[in-house]
Amino acid sequence: MNRLRPLLEPVIRPALDKAAAIVPIHWQIKGAHTFQSLKKRAGMDRAIPVFRETPLPDVSTLKLSEIDVSNPFLYRQGLWQSYFKRLRDECPVHYQANSPFGPFWSVTRFEDIMFVDTRHDLFSAEPIISIGPQPEGLEIETFIAMDPPKHDVQRQAVQGVVAPKNLAQMESLIRQRTADVLDHLPENEPFDWVQRVSIELTSRMLATLFDFPFEQRHKLAYWSDVAAGAPESTGGSANTHEFFTAAADMAQHMSWLWREKEARLAAGEAPGFDLISLLLANEDTRDMIKRPMEFMGNMVLLIVGGNDTTRNSMTGGVLALHQFPDEFDKLRQKPELIPNMVSEIIRWQTPLAYMRRVAKEDVTLQGQTIKKGDKVVMWYASGNRDERAFDQDPDQFIVDRKNARKHLSFGFGVHRCMGNRLAEMQLRILWEEILKRFDRIEVLDEPGYVQSNFVRGYTKMTVKLTPHHDRPSS
Amino acid sequence: MGRITFIEHNGREHVIEAETGQSLMQAAVDNNIPGIDADCGGACACGTCHVIVENGWLKATGDINADEQGMLGLTPEKAETSRLSCQIIVSDALDGMVVRLPEFQM
Repeated sequence: MNRLRPLLEPVIRPALDKAAAIVPIHWQIKGAHTFQSLKKRAGMDRAIPVFRETPLPDVSTLKLSEIDVSNPFLYRQGLWQSYFKRLRDECPVHYQANSPFGPFWSVTRFEDIMFVDTRHDLFSAEPIISIGPQPEGLEIETFIAMDPPKHDVQRQAVQGVVAPKNLAQMESLIRQRTADVLDHLPENEPFDWVQRVSIELTSRMLATLFDFPFEQRHKLAYWSDVAAGAPESTGGSANTHEFFTAAADMAQHMSWLWREKEARLAAGEAPGFDLISLLLANEDTRDMIKRPMEFMGNMVLLIVGGNDTTRNSMTGGVLALHQFPDEFDKLRQKPELIPNMVSEIIRWQTPLAYMRRVAKEDVTLQGQTIKKGDKVVMWYASGNRDERAFDQDPDQFIVDRKNARKHLSFGFGVHRCMGNRLAEMQLRILWEEILKRFDRIEVLDEPGYVQSNFVRGYTKMTVKLTPHHDRPSS
Repeated sequence: MGRITFIEHNGREHVIEAETGQSLMQAAVDNNIPGIDADCGGACACGTCHVIVENGWLKATGDINADEQGMLGLTPEKAETSRLSCQIIVSDALDGMVVRLPEFQM
């Protein structure tokens, strides 16, 4: 394709210029307008909750009605397990009437979550899957938050990016990059695993999936963090200004990338296997850029979906093996357990805590009547620790756990994670390459945790690597 | 009882005896057929027990409901005769059936 570039350039350039003249202006006006009107309205139409961290009480001191699992500090303060255990045991379908995100139901047991997730006829994913609403003025449309049949059409347009043919092609690339990142890590001295490994590897992967300029890959991770971090949606720490600035920046970069792909396609280049080329190749989505909120929605979904989840599982796995050192020994003796361990990491970490639904009619569950229109939150993080669903203690990290694949982290039903096989492959390769190089990964400090009720993630984790004795130092 | 052949994506064949009344997925799992993940345990909710039924056998596997259609729609490897094996109940009518496995279970 590179050899064609000089030949195609005279054709593409004018097309790109033309597109640039139309689209960004169109976009910028719309964006600026939205931004301005939002700024004006902020504080008038809908108050944005402010979250300040204070120590949360022991759950045993609370009445059931006082338990609010939407608190964005529950995970950071290490209290989520006790809070959810109490709900699972005493009130598995629980109503919180007064949260900062409004009233909502929590579904906390494995089987009940499975029921809600698979009954899209009873529970709608619209308008959004976070507990709180999206920031006003930027209500994006994304298929994770659409019901069939519209959902099916949009998802089918992009799922080819993770088709077997693509996955097979990606495997050697992922391995090469993973090896490259691991080979350049400091040994026997402290460094931040989140920054050097988890963010680096997921950013590189995202840049590949979008065929995004590689040297600007860190923008993708940043946009993802901001997009998932609006306080009114998930209790996150992003502020409105930051949110809109990032959204505008992302819109600009992504529409430019879209137009470039479009122009290359029009000039006769063979379509690539990146996400945008796939959207352009599909009749239902090829003019998506004319529908800005849908366009943005799909970009955000695919960026966030490919980022937080894998990144935090990459960190979570290291933490899990540090907390359960016997399991690391087991793994070193039997590296063939890696695929099973990858599923166990994804269960143990549950990088996204929940998905939210809205009842389409009155539904009775565990003796509680969920009214039509009520918000229903399926707490995957709780279901994955449900003693009723796992034979072996679900709070333990067990690399050879039986039925490790039977976890809720990918969701079930039509919204099941599209990138699950890619995520597993990335994690499998990471651990294969780690075991080739290192004897120990020590976690030196308590990790830093993301402020969110949705993303169960790490901001920082200081580790020290001990290389194999027999490996020549690089 | 039904004698059913599974052919992996790499061409390896496995012939099993499946019990009448059990799901084809369960029969595959009981016989350790590689490539049937069945992550959801048979709830028609994950799509990881996908099989492609060989010519002529589709009708005998029974009707496909909307949920199954929906889940099959999620896999890039969906073929004309794709089924979720957890939704196929083994009967004498399936004796001799051949099914192929996709490259990946999505």
